[in-house]
Amino acid sequence: MSEITLVEAVNLALARAMEQDSKVLLLGEDVGIDGGVFRATEGLLGRFGADRVFDTPLSEALLAGLGVGLGAQGFRPVIEFQFMGFMYPALDQLANHAGRLRNRTRGRLSCPMVLRAPYGGGIHAPEHHSESAEALYAHLPGIRVVIPSSPARAYGLLLAATRDPDPVVFLEPKRIYRAVKEAVTDDGTALPLDRCFVLREGRDVTLVAWGAMLKETLAAAETLSVDGIAAEVIDVATLKPLDSETILTSVGRTGRCVIVQEAPLTGGFGAEIAARLADRGLTGLLAPVQRVAGYDTVMPLPRLEHHYMPSEARICAAARRTLEYA
Amino acid sequence: MTEVARFAVSYSRFIDPEGRALADLPAFARDRETVVGLYQAMVLTRAYDAKAVALQRTGRLGTFASSLGQEGAMVGLGAAMRPEDVLLPSFREQGAQLWRGVRMVELLLYWGGDERGSDYAGPREDFPICVPVGTHAPHAAGVALAFQLRGERRVAVCSLGDGATSKGDVYEAMNFAGVRRLPLVFFVNNNQWAISVPRDKQTAAKTLAQKAIAAGFGGVQVDGNDVVAVRHVVGEALEMARAGDGPSLVEALTYRLSDHTTADDASRYRDDAEVSAQWKLEPVARLRRYMTEAGLWSKQDEETLIEACAAEVEAAAEEYLATPPLPPTAMFDHIYAELPADLVEQRAALAAETGRGR
Repeated sequence: MSEITLVEAVNLALARAMEQDSKVLLLGEDVGIDGGVFRATEGLLGRFGADRVFDTPLSEALLAGLGVGLGAQGFRPVIEFQFMGFMYPALDQLANHAGRLRNRTRGRLSCPMVLRAPYGGGIHAPEHHSESAEALYAHLPGIRVVIPSSPARAYGLLLAATRDPDPVVFLEPKRIYRAVKEAVTDDGTALPLDRCFVLREGRDVTLVAWGAMLKETLAAAETLSVDGIAAEVIDVATLKPLDSETILTSVGRTGRCVIVQEAPLTGGFGAEIAARLADRGLTGLLAPVQRVAGYDTVMPLPRLEHHYMPSEARICAAARRTLEYA
Repeated sequence: MTEVARFAVSYSRFIDPEGRALADLPAFARDRETVVGLYQAMVLTRAYDAKAVALQRTGRLGTFASSLGQEGAMVGLGAAMRPEDVLLPSFREQGAQLWRGVRMVELLLYWGGDERGSDYAGPREDFPICVPVGTHAPHAAGVALAFQLRGERRVAVCSLGDGATSKGDVYEAMNFAGVRRLPLVFFVNNNQWAISVPRDKQTAAKTLAQKAIAAGFGGVQVDGNDVVAVRHVVGEALEMARAGDGPSLVEALTYRLSDHTTADDASRYRDDAEVSAQWKLEPVARLRRYMTEAGLWSKQDEETLIEACAAEVEAAAEEYLATPPLPPTAMFDHIYAELPADLVEQRAALAAETGRGR
């Protein structure tokens, strides 16, 4: 067991998946000799060869469509998109084909594949490199949307994604690619793709987040604890299909909930969680559900992006607001 | 100035609109049974189309896309392929699909609004009908890549229309096919009309075939109303791909004699005179003239065939009409390999609402 970063955990999981299943292929732009723009596929071309790791032309719609064809033919392609902001051309393939192929052929054809993309802001990147569009994908039937928040969960969830029989959009929080190191056991153990993870237990308020936002959310829980407020922290991890039960159970106990998302507020995935609490958890709520989100603005360029990103302070303030209700 | 590249696009035709052989026919076309088989398949396709349109007009089928006038292109395409190849059709390929063993009742179920219509009992690896224009071209590249990676001598065939050649997906797939020298044939069924937009408003390119040249491989034109020529030219493209010599594009020049679909009225945007002129070029009468002239086909043969096709089409229509819909909760089947807990509740709600299903 060694301490590794999240992006190293991605690399480790990819290597393990390729070792265990010869059907797993890696493709994308610059994933070969360059090892990917974030080095997530570093060393894999040398280890597994040009028939399993290869660069494609700069064609994002093609990439997702190739996955459909390869998946239908029994391969398990893992496709890298360099940034989520460049993945929109793939949305058509996901909505019109990948998410439907199994259903529309009554199970005759299916297309297991993993579409990986670094997402999120806060790294002072150029325009179009900082989006959080997870809700667009979570809206699509037949697709799984998975977002790890730590090296160990990146390893376990990505392994699970490569073994899943259906298309998985695997979004990697690039702001924390190298932010922390964590001990990861490379034993091929996958994590479930239909479960939220309770990262911290607490009786007063439930904080729900995913991806890089867990960093601020866990920090907020720590700050709140100084004032004697015990926050429970849930990492959603798999947005689609959503594990409502873990969230409902927690909020049923605490009576208070703050949902944190980096994406713009309106129509974000936090709205779905809030709606479910309204549908099925209303009687247990002691305070209105709070959402801490990005604004309904275009993601600002680096000079202003830190004002856009949900901060620990905003999360703490939202949690305290829920506690103002007796 | 130095010329650094020069290209040409060829055009092939074996049998002219009057049914005269213009040159020595390919070997397969000198065999009576083969020629008759192509003719029978075209007539069956036309009978199927007529029946499907009639079912739609009487409220027993959904919106339907007829292939009237393009039977030569589609039957020629299907006949050139081997069973182990994979066809990725758009939505007007019934002639090729029926040839490959897709059941007529399956096609009717599809247009009648039933997902079982895409669960082909015959060609299990063929892709289902693709409605979003050109979006299946990348799938074809993926299928061809799978064949290449496994070292199989199989070919993926992507059939698309003239309108699809304007789509970015198609170019992305062609470009990749060229780079990897994939065993992939792009078959462009150029029927001159993308709903109401004519071929000359689709692209300024002189031919659609030449779009392949930009992707680094060859493109040829063929008279799409000459089933013998289509089968021959596609056959050559397939053999080239099978031998590892890479992709190619075949542009079949044909004409959409029907409306775009049953929801369309082509008289709003094109002249009757144009359509009448095209009726003189259509593929079925052309091959019949050739066969009659060559002594391969008699009036009696024709009558027998028409009856047999009518019977086959009637039987398929009856089977389709007698197929009850799936239970409502079937919409939850095959969304994922296993229904996630999150959807179990939704399915239960539908079952409760309809009083049916699990």
